[in-house]
Amino acid sequence: MHFGKILGAASLAVGLSLVAITGASAVTLNLHNGGDPGSVDPHKVSGDWENRVVGDYIEGLVTEDAEAKAIPGQAETWDISEDGTVYTFHLRDGIQWTDGTPVTAGDFVFAFQRLFDPATASEYAYLQYPIKNAEAINAGTITDFNELGVKAIDDKTLEITLEAPTPYFVDALMHYTAYPVPRHLVEKFGDDWTKMDNIVANGPFKLVEWVPGSHLRAVKNDMYYDAANVKLDEVYYYVLEDESAALNRYRAGEFDILTDFPADQYQFLKDNYPGEAHVDPFLGIYYYVMNQEKAPLDDVRVRKALSMSIMRDVIGPEVLGTGELPAYGWVPPGTNNYDGAEYMPDWAALPYDERVAMAKQLLTEAGYGPDKPLSLQLRYNTNDAHQRVAVAIAAMWEPIGVSIELFNSEVRVHYDALRAGDFQIGRAGWLLDYSDAANTLDLLKTGTMQDGTMNWGNNYGRYSNAEFDALLAEAATTTDLVARAGLLHQAETIAMDEFAAIPIYWYVSENVVKPYIEGFADNAKDIHRNRWITKSE
Amino acid sequence: MFNYATRRVLSALPIAIIAVTVCFFILRLAPGGPFDGERALPPLVLQNLRAHYNLDQPIWIQYFNYVWRMIQGDFGPSMVMEGFEVSELLAIGLPFTLMLGMTAFIVATIIGVIAGIIAAVNQNKWPDYVLVLAVMLGVIVPNFLMGALLQLLFGVYLRWLPAGGWSGGNWLQLVLPVTVLAWPHAARISRLMRGSMIETLGSNFIRTAMSKGIGERLMLTRHALKPALIPVVSYLGPGLSYLLTGSLVVESIFGLPGIGKYFIQAALNRDYGLVLGTTVFYVMLILVLNLLVDLVYAWLDPRVRFR
Repeated sequence: MHFGKILGAASLAVGLSLVAITGASAVTLNLHNGGDPGSVDPHKVSGDWENRVVGDYIEGLVTEDAEAKAIPGQAETWDISEDGTVYTFHLRDGIQWTDGTPVTAGDFVFAFQRLFDPATASEYAYLQYPIKNAEAINAGTITDFNELGVKAIDDKTLEITLEAPTPYFVDALMHYTAYPVPRHLVEKFGDDWTKMDNIVANGPFKLVEWVPGSHLRAVKNDMYYDAANVKLDEVYYYVLEDESAALNRYRAGEFDILTDFPADQYQFLKDNYPGEAHVDPFLGIYYYVMNQEKAPLDDVRVRKALSMSIMRDVIGPEVLGTGELPAYGWVPPGTNNYDGAEYMPDWAALPYDERVAMAKQLLTEAGYGPDKPLSLQLRYNTNDAHQRVAVAIAAMWEPIGVSIELFNSEVRVHYDALRAGDFQIGRAGWLLDYSDAANTLDLLKTGTMQDGTMNWGNNYGRYSNAEFDALLAEAATTTDLVARAGLLHQAETIAMDEFAAIPIYWYVSENVVKPYIEGFADNAKDIHRNRWITKSE
Repeated sequence: MFNYATRRVLSALPIAIIAVTVCFFILRLAPGGPFDGERALPPLVLQNLRAHYNLDQPIWIQYFNYVWRMIQGDFGPSMVMEGFEVSELLAIGLPFTLMLGMTAFIVATIIGVIAGIIAAVNQNKWPDYVLVLAVMLGVIVPNFLMGALLQLLFGVYLRWLPAGGWSGGNWLQLVLPVTVLAWPHAARISRLMRGSMIETLGSNFIRTAMSKGIGERLMLTRHALKPALIPVVSYLGPGLSYLLTGSLVVESIFGLPGIGKYFIQAALNRDYGLVLGTTVFYVMLILVLNLLVDLVYAWLDPRVRFR
């Protein structure tokens, strides 16, 4: 867009915003959405604030119920072949985009091809790698998109072939990377199909207004197959990253739901707005990585000493104030397809004094002590909560004779340094993309050689264990869920016994919900589609 | 005067280009890039993203491409707000930032000048002390705290005013942001105005006029105001640019759709295109404002001549 268009666009924006918006009886949800969505294209987004918008206006084959469990979406039913590798989806009758064009199996084929097209450069394409040839197409080694394991049998039947049986595949299909896109519009407008003038919807709401830095607005989509049960007429998704300001606006009655709040206000909320603050387990892990390519953290004794001398019990309740549960293993409790005992090291049950004594002993064995003190740098990205945790942990390491230099930097610099291996101990976190143990265990997989350089992906500490890798590879092709869980448990035990990283706590989701809001069901994915929300005032 | 203005406008162009150049290279020197997020991108995806934004070319080619396109009015795409071109984001945000900044500027200037005169005329009496107190509050309390306090008082407890947001036409939503933005500015103006008015009132020509028996009101408006305004006007230029660039905190607390926050947010995101676009706009804006202030200055002070 060129300079000359600025005035026109500006007057249009002002004009649009001046248009009267609500009818008298319309039910409007004012949702505090946090971050500023950079895009609403399901192949371009990556944040949970973007997911809240995208998941309201586009629906995949499978969608979330109020508790974020998989239920039929655009597909009414599906069959799975005996060997678990071929899924046949039967689309609902009469589903259409809001411009009246039918939603067809072809839209899904087109969407998956676009997702894996290297030119799209979709950040999360890898989530759908279980699909046959997806990874090869995304990597550019297969250039014929027809090789992709997604085929339209006819307009209403879609067949997806997988590389190997994947027990969590239906769960993965709920993710926005598996959403359809309107082929006719993407072919016509390219990436501009998401402009408000062009955009359509097949979900319960349709987007009508987008003011960056302020809000997006969606209205109910009357063409949606379940429109009769959608109770909201209009949804505002407000941008506001300042959590304290958001809480003020909630208290002023301007927001119905807050999707985050300052952790130090939890007690205040419990006292003054009983029942409105929802703090619930969330599938995610907060952890520290240790650079295992360099001394001294290549020594398992040093890593063990550091990990066991952390008082995890006090971090959630005391340091953060929101009661996060301590993490000793690598897979969050409640993760699907992962029955069996939670990983728990022996030392976790010991009194703290004994753990400190053991840790000191380990450091002595590794050659450190009063004569040769161990000093390390702990990096974290600039953030109040990360700082409090880092200060607390540095204090816990003092008694074992480790002195810590704290080093904080803005988030881009932080992750750039982690990826470059330019750190000793670094703060990291992972929120599960889908509820499956492999999603976190993959973080500890040995990197792969690409064009002469090692690509370590998200394994910042560069932990590497051939047995661990072999177990993950074996699990990836195991259909029997119990056997698969057993392999993954073995892998977790290996990595944790070697202190591949320091798990600290399991994340919690933090929402504040007005008492007159119904249908907001707490769940470990922290996904609450507005289709299920009702507002009774 | 016309020649003077023309020369000033022409000299603005090299300044703008220097600003862009410095900004361009400093940004690239900073560690981390727009795609260094919490999750590692597969190498090919990263490669494709870099190619898409021409980041894979030698930096001097990127630089000349950028400047060439910028001269044509094309600021390129935003790398983090993927759905938008930089010029689209500016087109949406700039009118709001200008409106907010100008409103705060006008309010602050009027209140500051009047308060300064009242304080000067009532030097060391109670109105002077009350104003000093108000000024102190405005300068001492940082704007993020002031914003939160006003939100709590007027939005949560009294419920007189909206605590934030901007839905297009509800001017009540602007009251708190403008107050937070204007207060420190009004405070500084009133101090300047007070000082210079006291000085002017003590000068010989005022005493002469008073001895001729003109009334106090006429003396103030006809004789004292214009010379007393001179130091205030020289502050207005920097003051206005401060108001326009300083809306970051106010925009983030009240959730307003201006471009102030891009200044910081885009830099933290390493959104090269957006940072440069915002910088160019502000550089041009500040140059124009300074020129306007100089012209007003000459009108107020007959000793200043353009050459």
